[in-house]
Formats: sequence, C-alpha cells, structure tokens
Amino acid sequence: MDDKKQQHAKAYWKENLRYLIILLAVWFSVSFLAGIIFKDALDSIRLGGFKLGFWFAQQGSIYVFVILIFVYVRLMNGLDKKYGFDD
Amino acid sequence: MSVEVWTWIMVGATFALYFGISIWARAGSTKEFYIAGGGVSPLANGMATAADWMSAASFISMAGLISFMGYDGSVFLMGWTGGYVLLALLLAPYLRKFGKFTVPDFIGDRYYSNTARTVAVICALIVSFTYVAGQMRGVGIVFSQFLQVDVSIGVIIGMSVVLVFAFLGGMKGITYTQVAQYCVLIFAFMVPAIFISWQMTGNPIPQLGMGGEVSDGTYLLDKLDTLHTELGFKEYTSGSKSTWDVFAITMALMAGTAGLPHVIVRFFTVEKVKDARKSAGLALLLIAILYTAAPAVSVFARTNLIETVSETSYEEIPPWFKNWENTGLIAWSDKNGDGKIQYVAGNALDGKKPIFEYEANGESKRGVFQERIISNPNPEEVNELYVDRDIMVLANPEIANLPNWVIALVAAGGLAAALSTAAGLLLVISTSISHDLIKKQIKPDISDKGELLAARVAIVFAIIVAGLFGIYPPGFVAAVVALAFGLGAASFFPAIVLGIFDKRMNKEGAIAGMVVGISIMLFYMIRYKTGLVGVMEPLPQSDWWFGTSPEGFGTIAMIINIVVSVVVSRLTPAPPQDVQEIVESIRIPSGAGEAQSH
Repeated sequence: MDDKKQQHAKAYWKENLRYLIILLAVWFSVSFLAGIIFKDALDSIRLGGFKLGFWFAQQGSIYVFVILIFVYVRLMNGLDKKYGFDD
Repeated sequence: MSVEVWTWIMVGATFALYFGISIWARAGSTKEFYIAGGGVSPLANGMATAADWMSAASFISMAGLISFMGYDGSVFLMGWTGGYVLLALLLAPYLRKFGKFTVPDFIGDRYYSNTARTVAVICALIVSFTYVAGQMRGVGIVFSQFLQVDVSIGVIIGMSVVLVFAFLGGMKGITYTQVAQYCVLIFAFMVPAIFISWQMTGNPIPQLGMGGEVSDGTYLLDKLDTLHTELGFKEYTSGSKSTWDVFAITMALMAGTAGLPHVIVRFFTVEKVKDARKSAGLALLLIAILYTAAPAVSVFARTNLIETVSETSYEEIPPWFKNWENTGLIAWSDKNGDGKIQYVAGNALDGKKPIFEYEANGESKRGVFQERIISNPNPEEVNELYVDRDIMVLANPEIANLPNWVIALVAAGGLAAALSTAAGLLLVISTSISHDLIKKQIKPDISDKGELLAARVAIVFAIIVAGLFGIYPPGFVAAVVALAFGLGAASFFPAIVLGIFDKRMNKEGAIAGMVVGISIMLFYMIRYKTGLVGVMEPLPQSDWWFGTSPEGFGTIAMIINIVVSVVVSRLTPAPPQDVQEIVESIRIPSGAGEAQSH
C-alpha cells in the first residue's frame, strides 16, 4: 500500500469504529436496557394492548435490529465511496 | 380430503421440488461445493441464510416454548435475532474480505498456527453434530405425527433427501434448495398465524393482533394475564427468571448465533464485501417475519388452550385433544374424580414425562372416560393436565379448527425447516473434514478432484452419524442443543472478533482464550446441567455462580475468554508482520476478489 492509501485506510477504520459504537449502543439499548433491565419500569407505559417493556422484548427490539443493519449498510456504502474503497 | 392425504401431497410436492433443484445445481469443483462458486446474489443468499438458520427448533418448538414461558421466552426472540446485528457489524464483511472457505481457515491463518486451526475444527464439529442430531429428530417427529410412519423410517427418508441434494450439489445445491425451503417454511408458518389472528382479534396481521382486542373488548394480553393469575400461573407478561439471568442468556444466545460456523460460512458465498453486509440485513429481515409472528402465535395458542380445556369435561373435549393424547404428548388424570380437566399451576406428574400403562395385548389402558391411564400422576398437585411444549405449533391449526390443507402445510413447513438446517450443518461437518483436516493438515498436495471426492465421502459419513443420533437420541442431546450457543459464545466468537479488531492479538492469546473459555463452559454445563453419567448428578440451582443458569453461563465464559486472550497476548510476542498486514487488509473492503482455497 502506498502512503496515501494507507492514510485513507486509517481514516476509514476510525470512522467505521465510530459508526459501530453508535449502532451497537442502539442495539444494546433496545434489547438489554428497554427489554430487560428497565422492562418493569417501562411496563407502566402502554402501547395499545402491549405493555411497553414487554413489547420491546418480544417485538420492538427485533424491528430495530432489522433497521440497524440497513442503516449500517447505507453508512458503510457511503464510507466506501468517500475513501475510494468501493469496487 | 383428509389431513393425511393432504400431507402426502404437500410433502411429496415439496420434496420433488428440492430434487429438481439439486439436479439442476450440481457442483463440479470444490469451489462450487464449498461456497457455491462465490457468485450467489445477496437476496438468494439472504433467503438461504434464513432457511439455514431457522431450524426445526425455531419452527416447531420456539412458539410453544414461549407460550409456556411468557416473558422469559423473550431470550430466544432477542437472542436469536440480535446475534445478526453482531454478525453483520463485527464479522460478516471482514470474513468475506478475508476470503477463505471456512471458519477454521480464518482462525488457522490469522493465528498462524495449526494448533489454533485444530481447536477451531474440534469446536465446529462439536457444535454442528449436537445441532444436526436435533434436526433429524425433528424430521422423524413430523413424519410420525402426520403420516403415521415410524420415527426411524421418517429419519431415514429425511436422511436420503438431504443426501441427494447435499451430495450432488454441495453448497451450490444446498443454497438453491434452501431458497425454496425458505418460501415453503415461511408460508407454512404465516398462513395459520394469519388465520388465527383474524379469528381471535379481527386483525389479520399477527404482530398487531397480539396487541389487539378480543371479542369481549378487553386486550388479548390483559385477558391472558388475568387467566394466568386466576389459574395460579405467573402473569404471562412478567417472567419468573431473574433479570440478570435473562440478560446473561440473551447475551450468550446473541454471541453464540454470531459464532455458529454454518451461519458464518454463508457470507463467503457472495461476490463482494458490500454484498455480505446487505445479505446479512436481508437475512435478518426474512428471519424477523417469523420471529415477530412467533410470540403472537404463542399468545394465541396459550389463550386458546386454556379456554378450551380449563374446567371442560373430558367427554366434551375436541378430537385434537384425544389425538395428541394417543401420541403421548398430552396426558390427563382425573385426580378429583369430577370428570373435568383442571389445568392450573404446578406439575401434574411425578417426573417430567407421563408414563402410560398398557394392557397385556399392547393396547393402552383406558379409564372411566376412555382417557389413557398414566402411572405417575402427582397427588400433591391439583393440576391434572400435562401438555408437551412441542405440540403447540403443530396442534395450533387443529385447536383453531383450520382447514385440513393448512394442517398439512405446517407439516411440510416443519420438514423444510429441519432439512434446510441439517443440510447446512452437514456441509460444515464435511468441509471441516475434507478441507480443514485432509487438505490443510494431512495431505496438502491432494488434487481438487480428490478433495471433492473426500468432501462427498465425508458428507455421507456425517449423514449416517446424524441419522443414528436421530433414531437413537442420546439423552443429553436436548440439553446440549440449547448449550451449543454457549459453547460458540465461549470459543469462536471472541477469537474471531479479536482477530479482526485487535491487531496485537497473537496465537498464544487466542488459543489460551479458546481453550479456557470452552473448558470452563463445559465444566459448568456438566456440573449444573447434564451431570456425568455414573459419576455425579447435576447440582441444584441454588449452587449456580451469581445465579447464572448454564444457558446463560456462555456470557461469563465469553468474558473470561476475552480477558485471558488479551492478558496472554500482551505478555507474549506480537504477531509477525505479514499477519498484521492481513489484519490491515481485511479492514478495508476493496479488492475482495474471489474466495480462495490457498
């Protein structure tokens, strides 16, 4: 790898890690926080026929997971282009 | 037409389809055999991954388990889907860029060590064999329940079908039959779910029906909670497991999912890194359809079951109840002699399974109401009814009075789920033997043709072993399948993630971590779950470390693995320059090229 490409690779990796931290924070929040740790507190709020904590554990977290991966795909496709790593 | 005729038609038609596809997609080289030639489209790969992933357990057992566990069942829902987020973000793109055939390939090359490769092969074989035995059993159960065929013959039929498409087509044949199997299984799961949701709540979308209102104007979930409280069960929407244990089990299932070799290998089959990411997203989307409908099915089935049986006299019970009683999956003994079924909290039996009594001529012994007599009712408890959790999905269409063709469809779907997963696992087993052991370690100069032959011989061998496990299931299988995830989380997952994200990780660290992680997991499993035949019985729950169940212990074993890996690697020399360059190269997506065998 030449110098310029190496610098690009470093910057690319740094941005990638930042995305990962943000996305994994969301992943953790909807499942482990909303669906498990704060489940009882959230259950006092209702979403139609669901108690909110229960809904996150059995429905909501899964919807968010799907959206998360597609957001990641978009972000990374953009990042690939920005640093010229798409081919 | 009767259910049986419909079932033969559905099963026959879907099997013919799988055969047709496997003849069309024959494999001519190892590359086609191992990774389908490397040019599978992201959508096809997503469907195949979804079918690969959704096993007999997801299709047949999960909704039933949740319907008995209530909120605690969330561990499966979040665990088995959240793992895909880890897979998509932390593993799939990098492993695709790395571009080899198998997971042990990655471990072996990244940690420049045949010892590491061998440890990985052994882990892959343990995980895959325990898993595949469960699938074969699932095939046998579907055949015996719906077609009145003996379980062993059912297993042999299932084995032969998998043999044809796996032997001929390898990964290529498996991928395209899995695409068809995905369609069959999702259709088969959703049709009854939609029917029942509509019947009970007036909303045809099960995910919404679950939160909808029933005919008397109360919310379905509130009604179920009330029913549960009245009968002495825990509220459906609250659990009985501790918050920590739910946390630990969910985490172990997520990391275990991301570490399963038969799922990871699917991401080697697409063309580019970009496709690997997209394919993971599509796979999860397709899986989520079933995983968000399953908890709704659980609620419908649970409510239906309680309303149908509770305080109903045995003579007026619908025929499905007696059919399943005849197969031994439902048992009732009239403890208070009122002729009605009391279904309340507490174990109706003395022991886990009912023991039925037989006449001298082999017929079942019948009681006053023609019910089957069991020899082990538990007189201490008021509860009179035993229901096997596995029947909830299979019996659900009958309980809800759906047409015969829907019931038959469920049978075909259960088979599709079991066969697709079995095929994927068998391929991992055969690749581990022909590629990771023979080609990479024993006989490196083997020709492509020779390796292909070895792979085919290995797959036949693997199918026979798996079939034997299915016919003569060792008692530990059921317990171990659930723990396969803990083993994956404790061994592979940290080794792969650290291999990508920690450039300083070296072979000493990774091997130490994997060995310590999997050993402590096995130790805990034997000590608290399976026991050791003839030596010790499993210890009780009160002795669990920090109140962690064996299913959740994978989380602790994983943390121990990571700590050991990091500490050991920092005390030993850094990995060689060329390995550090490999790590730098897999971190950027361009120039992925085709997956290589060398």
